[in-house]
Amino acid sequence: MKRRDFLRTSVGAGLATGAAFSFCGYEKLFASLPSTSAAKYDMVAVMGGKPDAMFDLGIQELGGMGTFIKKGQKVLIKPNIGWDVIPEMAANTNPLLIKRIIEHCFKAGAKEVYVFDHTLDNWVNSYKNSGIEKAAKSAGAKVVPGNSENYYQQIEIPGGIKLKTAKVHELLLETDVFINVPVLKNHESVQMSCCLKNNMGLVWDRKYWHSNNLNQCIADYALFEKKPALNIIDCYNVMVKHGPQGVSKEDVVEMKSLMLTTDWVAGDAAGARMLGVPVERVEYIPIAHKMGLGNINLDSLNIKKIKM
Amino acid sequence: MRSPILRRIRIVVAALVFICFFLMFIDFKSLIPANYKDSILFFQFIPSLLKFHDLGTMAAGGFLIVLLLTLITGRTYCSFLCPLGIGQDISSRIGGRIKKKFKRYGYKKPFTIVRYSILGITVVVTMVWGVYALTLLDPYSIFGRFMTYFVKPVILLLNNFMAGIFGKFDNYSLSHVPVIGFSLVAYSIPVAFFILIGTLSLTKGRLYCNMICPVGTFLGLLSKISIFRIKFNDSKCTRCGRCALGCKSSCIDFLKHDIDTSRCVDCFNCINTCQEKAISYGLFKIKKEVHETDESKRKFVAGSLMLLFGLSDILQGQSKDIPKPRKESTVKEERTCPVCPPGGGGIEDFTKDCTACSLCINACPNGVLQPSVKQYGMANIMQPVMDYHKGFCAYNCTVCIEICPTNALHPMVLEAKKLTQIGKATFIKDNCIVKTEKTNCGACSESCPTKAVHMIPYEGNLVIPEVTEDICIGCGHCENSCPTVPYKAIFVNGNPVHMAAKKPENEESEIKTPVDFPF
Repeated sequence: MKRRDFLRTSVGAGLATGAAFSFCGYEKLFASLPSTSAAKYDMVAVMGGKPDAMFDLGIQELGGMGTFIKKGQKVLIKPNIGWDVIPEMAANTNPLLIKRIIEHCFKAGAKEVYVFDHTLDNWVNSYKNSGIEKAAKSAGAKVVPGNSENYYQQIEIPGGIKLKTAKVHELLLETDVFINVPVLKNHESVQMSCCLKNNMGLVWDRKYWHSNNLNQCIADYALFEKKPALNIIDCYNVMVKHGPQGVSKEDVVEMKSLMLTTDWVAGDAAGARMLGVPVERVEYIPIAHKMGLGNINLDSLNIKKIKM
Repeated sequence: MRSPILRRIRIVVAALVFICFFLMFIDFKSLIPANYKDSILFFQFIPSLLKFHDLGTMAAGGFLIVLLLTLITGRTYCSFLCPLGIGQDISSRIGGRIKKKFKRYGYKKPFTIVRYSILGITVVVTMVWGVYALTLLDPYSIFGRFMTYFVKPVILLLNNFMAGIFGKFDNYSLSHVPVIGFSLVAYSIPVAFFILIGTLSLTKGRLYCNMICPVGTFLGLLSKISIFRIKFNDSKCTRCGRCALGCKSSCIDFLKHDIDTSRCVDCFNCINTCQEKAISYGLFKIKKEVHETDESKRKFVAGSLMLLFGLSDILQGQSKDIPKPRKESTVKEERTCPVCPPGGGGIEDFTKDCTACSLCINACPNGVLQPSVKQYGMANIMQPVMDYHKGFCAYNCTVCIEICPTNALHPMVLEAKKLTQIGKATFIKDNCIVKTEKTNCGACSESCPTKAVHMIPYEGNLVIPEVTEDICIGCGHCENSCPTVPYKAIFVNGNPVHMAAKKPENEESEIKTPVDFPF
């Protein structure tokens, strides 16, 4: 039995016995699970279809959802549900895409799929009006609140420069696979919100980030050991200004695109290109690159581009 | 009618009404539609009266029906429809269980001077100065505060406890709801009234309703000429006195065969108690009554009431503990005017009609409404004020406006609310992270729903907030998000009179739909 298999089994057994397992130790066990990266490409970029159809095609190119999920695993899908706005405003991840991802997870044998976000607007209304709650539930996922500190647990980020500890949602620690599903959009302060910025919805105290060098904190968090197995970047409708909330539909441009990548720094670099922002201008991207968290140089990556 | 069914009907109706009010005040998930709440609130005497005074429409005519009902049936309102009255009946019943042997009731003389003085003072204060006495004494508002200050936090704690247990079993159908405590000073009046009404109802039945409550006293006056009343059948009565001992209003003088209709709340207990069936409820033939007044007693009452008003000032001394600074900001926010909820129209307009029933505080899904302490002045204590350190006013929300029973918050559609400026954001550059730390932040602009708060170039690649006042609606999301302590770098200063905000203008972007990937 391999060490990692042993860990996996013992963690599973620990979860099954529920509260018997002490909380202090097991997050580290989870953390030592590596993100799977047996995919053929570093990134697959699809353009020209509906969000769900583009995902079908993209995930097929990566060998199907089974590449990232083993049978019986628990999956966390983390969209952006930050705002109480309708899907057309593109402040939140596209609900159609979320629904289709969940369906693929179950098809790959996922035992349970969870969806949550720590919203900025009222969480009940954001979940509802984003259309994500309905879409996720119809596909069989559990939609979980993230509105109370009770759901968050302390973690350490040993290599962090500004951010050394954070409180993350218990689901991030309790699930086997983490799938990051940000929506690409403009952000007036840090220029862009995509893969790394989406992590702010996993943590409780965002004010600390804002008051302690936001760009460095965003990069620091990416050091945390529980990394996404896959980043699915929704670029169907893209908010190109007045982000991250938007004022009206004039802020949104239909880009009909989707990117799938295991490298979230590369995902952010591609997102910056889509928005027409120089990558260096989105300060946390070069910082994350220098910290060895991913590759900013898209030319050196194996990217599959598909037009539908 | 001598049938025991009358009492049963009273209990069933009262129980239903009480359950409705109870659910309405603990409805922390907003499951009950606003129009249901409106119909539950329709018959509440003081809220309806205030609303009618403002709007003059029959949609607010609940109090007229109550008046008519009282003229016909007596003070049935007090037993059937008043949540505070029903609550006292429940408390009296518990009191009876605890101390069964104790003969609590029996005929007592009315506190005539006290009650009419309080009624008089309430009327005068309301007509001359404003809503202050009603705020203090309206039974519905008192009930609302009991629910908001004492009951709902307990319900939330129970919910959170259950949500915790469910969560352990991977069930997230219940969710945690943060329990937001109020300023300690705001608790003083509800606590005093809870002790007063609780003790009186446990030991003396409806003494509060017959001594202090101005609505009870007023309806009591009307019920003196009501058509239907409780009456004795002299020939059947054996003067056993059971009726008097069972009367929670202490209004049956069984020796004289006299029932003080001004105090009788039509609970119908006496009909059931009387074994000889000598007591019935029916049409009444008019008899004349004489009342005497005593000026010195009246003065004493006025004095004690002033003391009651003064209570809030005495308890003023306590202050909130200041949060520990993580990074000290240096410039204090100079808030010259508090922010009152949208629909209020302005501070004066709002405070003159609000009886601090706290229903909006209860219903606000974002916890931004808090009972005021000194913001509107001590006389307006407990009226809701926007507290942007605790929450913010959600852009797509009109919950408080929809449920306000007194029209202190005027009806307003969502689109109008989105363009109502209740205050203006003010930026304090010297407190801002971007200036003090030389790092990007943007929490305020991120939260702004109209982009009145937006980022402009600062030093190097840094961007710093700027406020366009005329499109700011004063929702306070910026102030709520601002991470600086102890003083915020952006805060909302209230508009004394609410104004119209400009609609944010927006243009198509230069970025067009791409034909290929730019990488």
